[in-house]
Amino acid sequence: MLQTKTRPAGPFKIKTIRRKTNSECSPSSSCCSEESSPGADKPPCCGPPTSKGGGVITDKVPGFIEWLNTPIGRIPRIDTKLGFADHLGACKARWALGRMDFIVPSGLYALGHPTATDPVLVTANYKMSYDRVRRELSGRNVWLLVLETFGVNVWCAAGKGTFGTGELVRQIKATGLTEIVSHRRLILPILGAPGVSAHEVARRTGFKVDYAAIRAADLLTYLDHGMVTTPEMRQVTFNFYDRLVLIPVELVMAMKSVAIVGLVTLLTLSALSNVTAGITGFCAYIGAAVCGIALGPLLLPWLPGRSFAVKGAFTGLLWCGLFYVVAGGTAWNGAITAAFFIALPAISSFHTLNFTGCSTYTSRSGVKKEMRIALPVMGSSLVISLILLLAGRFL
Amino acid sequence: MKGFRYLKNVVTLKLDQPACIGCGRCLEVCPHQVFELAGKMASIRDRDACVECGACALNCPVKAISVESGVGCASGMINEWLRERNLRAPGGSCCS
Ligand code: SF4
Ligand code: SF4
Repeated sequence: MLQTKTRPAGPFKIKTIRRKTNSECSPSSSCCSEESSPGADKPPCCGPPTSKGGGVITDKVPGFIEWLNTPIGRIPRIDTKLGFADHLGACKARWALGRMDFIVPSGLYALGHPTATDPVLVTANYKMSYDRVRRELSGRNVWLLVLETFGVNVWCAAGKGTFGTGELVRQIKATGLTEIVSHRRLILPILGAPGVSAHEVARRTGFKVDYAAIRAADLLTYLDHGMVTTPEMRQVTFNFYDRLVLIPVELVMAMKSVAIVGLVTLLTLSALSNVTAGITGFCAYIGAAVCGIALGPLLLPWLPGRSFAVKGAFTGLLWCGLFYVVAGGTAWNGAITAAFFIALPAISSFHTLNFTGCSTYTSRSGVKKEMRIALPVMGSSLVISLILLLAGRFL
Repeated sequence: MKGFRYLKNVVTLKLDQPACIGCGRCLEVCPHQVFELAGKMASIRDRDACVECGACALNCPVKAISVESGVGCASGMINEWLRERNLRAPGGSCCS
């Protein structure tokens, strides 16, 4: 069933994963490997495959009001109010529709009527990041320096190094920032820090980097209170809503592989037994996958254990119980019942484990450890349940 | 993080305390309050909270911190692993 994904279960050794070197990374790959060496001026390694960057600034940039004439040429003054199109775009992006086009040109923007002494804020060219920052800053005069992160948000781009020292230095030079502002201070989001080396930026450009806050919503407070970061501004949250908004994209992204595996399940079981068994298996599988993708993340803090794989297995078990009752499991023989109860938690577990990529509190080493243990277990569960299904059929 | 704890004793974070000059940068960039500054020296307050983002290591001016940072999602790791063996990834990319 899930063999296509868990085939590496046998000889699988996560230990062998190593960092990719620059030459191995191609700009077209959609990988997530990390690029965070301090003075990296190299082209970004891992932009989304279809994204060629945000292009150049024109009067079509979102929220454009007018051109501002400055010593270094015209700079777009943009609105701090979001329009209908911005909200619609955000909704679509949440469902992974047109996410790759959800991008704005990199460069320097003006909010309000900034002068040489006004602060410079830095963000990514993922349109949602850009929109959030400008929305929070209504009534302020600030410069907004947008880095080319190929439409990826600050945290992920920082992890990849595209929101990084090299790109920041490049944008400072390309925009001629030193001629626009008289001070030498940049305000960055804290979540950009994994890509940016503050002392390196200072050494190369003379600009001092201040990490302001995690959330754009705290920017006003930060600016209004003498640019001081309070402990709350430094704290990552991961509440129910934070998790909820991540689910649609996860569902859409998993849809294709889940549909394929589901279909294979349907056909295999139909061939082995009959169409009813096929449809039962199909529903059971889809339910287990959806539980792992949606229910696991949503119920995260309330599911037992620290391990995502264990949490996921529990949602699978819940689904199993429900499915057993609804699908009339009392009519199944022992082997088939066992097969269901062994396979479904493994499937949910796999999908919840995958959510570690979105969670804000998991570490790479932790995920590695989980995978080293969980993948072989999941693989074996599927093999065992397949054997049980075969056995159950001939019993 | 409040309400959430991940696995114990897995992170690769290391702090070379004698090298620390007490600038406090690591406290500023860490999204999980892993460090604290006692006197003129940073120390690890909550090691298991570390997500290995690498921000502290990259921003420490004297390179007193080391951590193996990188992708933390399962499918990303499977993809990496497959690519290393020149196999085709089974579709889907992470954190785009
Ligand atoms: S950033 Fe480095 S030097 Fe500064 S307090 Fe932290 S460990 Fe010490
Ligand atoms: S790697 Fe990230 S989470 Fe871990 S201590 Fe450093 S800044 Fe904090």
